[in-house]
Amino acid sequence: MSLLDFPRWKVASIWAVLAVGILLSVPSLLPRNIAHQLPAWMQKIHVNLGLDLAGGSHLLLEAQTGDVARQRVEMMEDNIRRAMRTASPRIEIGDVSTSNGQLSFVVRDPARVSDAANIARREAQPSVFGGNREWDVTVNGDTIVMRPTQAGLDAAISSAMDSARDVIDRRINALGTLEPTIIRQGANRILVQVPGLQDPEQLKQLIGRTARLEFKLVDLTATPEQLQAGRAPIGSQILPMADGGRIAVKRRAMITGDQISDARQAFDPTDGRPTVSITFDSVGARRFARVTQENVNKPFAIILDNVVLSAPTIEEPILGGQAQIRGTSFTVETANQLAISLRSGRLPVELNVIEERTVGPDLGADSIRAGIVACIVATIAVLIFMFVSYGRFGLYADFAVIINLFVIVGVMALLNATLTLPGIAGFVLTVGTAVDANVLIDERIREERRRGKSVLMAVENGYHEASRTIFEANVVHAIAGVIMFVLGTGPIKGFAIVLLIGIATSVFTAVTFTRMLVAGWIRRNRPTEINI
Amino acid sequence: MRLLKLVPEDTNIGFVRLRHWAFGITALLTLLAVAAVGWRGLNLGVDFVGGLMIEAHFQEPPHLEELRANVDRIGAGQGALQSYGDPRIVAIRLPPPESGPGAASQIVDRVNNALRADYPGMRIARYDTVSGKVSGELIQKGLLAVFLAILGIAVFSWIRYEWQFGVSTFVAVLHDVLMTMGFFAITRFEFDLSTVAAVLTIVGYSINDKIVVDDRIRENMRKYRKMEMGPLIDLSVNEVLPRTVMTSITVLLALGALLIFGGHVLRGFTAAMMLGIIVGTYSSIYVSASMLITLGLAPHPPSIQTGPVARERREGRNETDDGARV
Repeated sequence: MSLLDFPRWKVASIWAVLAVGILLSVPSLLPRNIAHQLPAWMQKIHVNLGLDLAGGSHLLLEAQTGDVARQRVEMMEDNIRRAMRTASPRIEIGDVSTSNGQLSFVVRDPARVSDAANIARREAQPSVFGGNREWDVTVNGDTIVMRPTQAGLDAAISSAMDSARDVIDRRINALGTLEPTIIRQGANRILVQVPGLQDPEQLKQLIGRTARLEFKLVDLTATPEQLQAGRAPIGSQILPMADGGRIAVKRRAMITGDQISDARQAFDPTDGRPTVSITFDSVGARRFARVTQENVNKPFAIILDNVVLSAPTIEEPILGGQAQIRGTSFTVETANQLAISLRSGRLPVELNVIEERTVGPDLGADSIRAGIVACIVATIAVLIFMFVSYGRFGLYADFAVIINLFVIVGVMALLNATLTLPGIAGFVLTVGTAVDANVLIDERIREERRRGKSVLMAVENGYHEASRTIFEANVVHAIAGVIMFVLGTGPIKGFAIVLLIGIATSVFTAVTFTRMLVAGWIRRNRPTEINI
Repeated sequence: MRLLKLVPEDTNIGFVRLRHWAFGITALLTLLAVAAVGWRGLNLGVDFVGGLMIEAHFQEPPHLEELRANVDRIGAGQGALQSYGDPRIVAIRLPPPESGPGAASQIVDRVNNALRADYPGMRIARYDTVSGKVSGELIQKGLLAVFLAILGIAVFSWIRYEWQFGVSTFVAVLHDVLMTMGFFAITRFEFDLSTVAAVLTIVGYSINDKIVVDDRIRENMRKYRKMEMGPLIDLSVNEVLPRTVMTSITVLLALGALLIFGGHVLRGFTAAMMLGIIVGTYSSIYVSASMLITLGLAPHPPSIQTGPVARERREGRNETDDGARV
């Protein structure tokens, strides 16, 4: 079968593919106000603009995974203490230590060591059925050591990161109409991109707060000397107060922020100062009612991220499940931020910013404008050059280049790919490289003509011989593109996307599409001489 | 209509005859490039060394010495200034904020307030801050990407053709990368993540170009089984010369438009690619093609090691088509 045979169905399907590609590009190319009037499903097919073009903030956050490990050991300590206490008969343990990232304790009665070890092993069962073993339990004389396994730690970090991602999502969404992208990256990082955000300060404050809220009873037995030295009585801890000074509180929390169902910024009815009003969920409300009943006339501390905000005295049981948090330094804004943080839940890990990039909207708009101008100039220059070099065949190539540009945008829109500034460079470069296929073909046709082949044979050989070269050249080019895409970050990835899509579409437009045009022309005119 | 033909028909330039000279000069230039990188170092951007970069746009071109003094007075560390060609746009580089990149926006605020007083209408167009830890990873990943790209493609050439093609491609592309790095070391253009993308593009383009030449050499090796390698390579390079020139020009036209109209952010990126296109085209002829002779490629060698596909092809089973007609 000749390369120049194009049955009608083939012609129709090539045009159909190109038409679809071009149509897909339409929503992305229309001005914003017009694009908004399109049906919703069409609006979804659009090219995203990267932050360097749209303007906005990019934050890369890294979690202190040490926190997760420490919290896990502390939680295990609590569980072990409770399990030993509730065992029947009760098992006495001592010398509990959580240093070196592991939990160790001594069983007082040597006869009960194996019982205690069994309890420890039971507590060490994976929380998920079929999960990896999360703790190694070793018995050494009367000492039992529980060491977290790497698999267990990794799983814990991973789940902490997932919930941190969700918490950040809720907090940013509470800020209003931003359209953030929040994704996990690697084992312990979260990437936050917020287009249109100019001042990331507020965002960083919101993300930077762990928002671990706890209510603990104040330990009144602590002497001023103990407070001064920072040595708490057994079962208590010493914490700083927000307005200076220190206070001793019981280690066991009466209730924590996890049992909150809502938090709102409000005003104190007595002095009109900003406060945060919290509402407990049903379990929390019952528990809050019980502990306030049991502790009337005792002071309790409201603790946020290990700082005591206030330590009011319980005057009467609080049964409604509502509480007010006062802070001497509260403004309407900080109270509102705290309310958002509490409402969105606490961050299971502390997050630090390790990379921050912010682009102003003017620069982004300038870049887009410059990119469009460069693209148009490049295209026109290449179009003219191809036409004066290859005449009719150059014109076919030109037609292919123009269609190709639209199809690239269409494919990017379909994939919801992100166009970045280097992506625009990739776009312009594609204009230059896409015609390479046509140059190869047309030069080959010239060669074949010089060797005295007939027009039909020359064109057919030109396409046939050049196709092999084009195929191989594009495969290796694509290899480079794939490596860029897989290993690349930020600008490299943005460039690679355009490059890869451009390679794929240009082979179709520059080879198949132009061949169809040439075949049509030859069939209609049966030329015996061509100007190439 | 008379069509433009930049390269006359049937050129017969003796490329191979000059190859010893070319090798010498190429090796010398490559060494110079490596020495420039080693001696002067690259002007690494914040992506790779960490720190804070603030791009400020001024109404009037500021006096740089004065601006530097003003920046130093802010107390965020020693500032370094860099201009982008447009004298009204200045990049201010500061060391990483002591309390971590989280403090960057506060420093930017301070710079903004301090400079606004002295330079009315100044605005901060963007700022980047990267911690040392991330920048180290970015360097590693960038280097790995470039190395894997070259290696991956060399392996492809080896499997598809004889091993000599793989080796010569690898050497030639390495030469292109080193020359580009040398260019950055000498011009002091900032070397950042976008530049790595530019280097990878050069790798892609250069290999593309080599495949075209290699493919023609292979085709002629099948066609003229008795011809010596020297004349055969000359013939092949001359045959594809019009294409080489045409494609280089179209790409350079496109990049030229980008260089002039594409805005200052992409200028270093574009300059690197333009240089890379020229170097890559040169190395297709004088490094990779010429090297095939040195590596002992022969038209129908009795017992050299070949890749599976190449062997298959020589046995004539795979002569027809490669499925490029999508």
